Amino acid sequence: RRIMATVSVCKYYPGGFSFDNCKRNALLEADISKLGFSSPAARKTGTTICGVVYKDGVVLGADTRATEGMIVADKNCSKIHYISPNIYCCGAGTAADTEMTTQIISSNLELHSLSTGRLPRVATANRMLKQMLFRYQGYIGAALVLGGVDCNGPHLYSIYPHGSTDKLPYVTMGSGSLAAMAVFEDRYRPNMEEEEAKRLVRDAIAAGIFNDLGSGSNIDLCVITKGKVDYLRPHDVANKKGVRTGSYRYKHGTTGVLTKTVTPLNLEVVEESVQTMDTS
Amino acid sequence: MCFVQNTRGLRSQLKDSVPVTGLCPQAGPYGVQDSLRRGFSSVKNELLPSHPLELSEKNFQLNQDKMNFNTLRNIQGLHAPLKLQMEYRAARQIQRLPFLPSSNLALDTLRGTDDTIGFEDILNDPVLSEVMGDPHIMTEYKLGVL
Repeated sequence: RRIMATVSVCKYYPGGFSFDNCKRNALLEADISKLGFSSPAARKTGTTICGVVYKDGVVLGADTRATEGMIVADKNCSKIHYISPNIYCCGAGTAADTEMTTQIISSNLELHSLSTGRLPRVATANRMLKQMLFRYQGYIGAALVLGGVDCNGPHLYSIYPHGSTDKLPYVTMGSGSLAAMAVFEDRYRPNMEEEEAKRLVRDAIAAGIFNDLGSGSNIDLCVITKGKVDYLRPHDVANKKGVRTGSYRYKHGTTGVLTKTVTPLNLEVVEESVQTMDTS
Repeated sequence: MCFVQNTRGLRSQLKDSVPVTGLCPQAGPYGVQDSLRRGFSSVKNELLPSHPLELSEKNFQLNQDKMNFNTLRNIQGLHAPLKLQMEYRAARQIQRLPFLPSSNLALDTLRGTDDTIGFEDILNDPVLSEVMGDPHIMTEYKLGVL
């Protein structure tokens, strides 16, 4: 019996990342610059994100600009992602990577907490994130600030794309991290009150917004305490879009009418059919 | 993706030499060089991975299993990994017809990955793949009649 030269015997591939197009992309990348084009850039969140631990919990802050190369792709994107009712995560780096990573970890934490029957801990989320990011050796470009309150108190972690983590009382990440860190280093003190902590985070993000090109638009805050989460979006509209000062429309009668001709169109009804729409 | 990873068992995996096998035969599904996906045929193309993560991702589950078995052997003795591997082999044989993708539920439960979600569940799900082998030919191939 002849074996046909078609896809007759298919091997079973387990799913996950497929590296089929990598060689093709490398070849295209090498040739495309000769032709004068440039390959499409991934949408990054060139960002300022930060977090601070205060007396009763954690305050997370983020700006809201997403860039695609030199263009602002999204003026009001949400960078504070939900992980679990008591844990939130800010994400900087490639927007898709942070989005998918936080969603996967959120799902896994939910399954884990259903299995243990307890509220998830921030350390669990941290470990899951760092193990996944290390497995992909930094190719998943997600720099995260993870904060939450669990049975052991408030915790704040910063997670780098290659999988290293730091547990600190105040952290900043993203392209505007240096500006935000300058504000933190100047005014942070342990065991602040809530209003003071919110003001500190707001000022740190504002420093990133005004001094870094990759950050801009509004300031989002997320205040997490034991049993309560305040997601303030937007907390502060730092950059209002300008309002036009005058009206530039022309008045009626500016253009003089010279002649006027009216031609009626005689249409006759040829056929009339009714089609009922299925609105169920 | 098992999130309870055995990170301390890595030391048991150190070896002096790593066998290098050809990554993929140059022939694509139709028997000729698949230039669009794999580029021009050359020996270098066959030996080097197209992405630094390709090798590590292909062997990830295998390496995790090896590490876990090694740790188990060091802690509990030789019988523990032997019994577990027998169960894995039995669970791996629970499949559907040769051309249908199986959920591998028993294997997942044994590994502990039945309550985790990873990239292999979201990206390139084999249930949603666009090509399927010809049922008759695949069954004959599996039975060795071909």
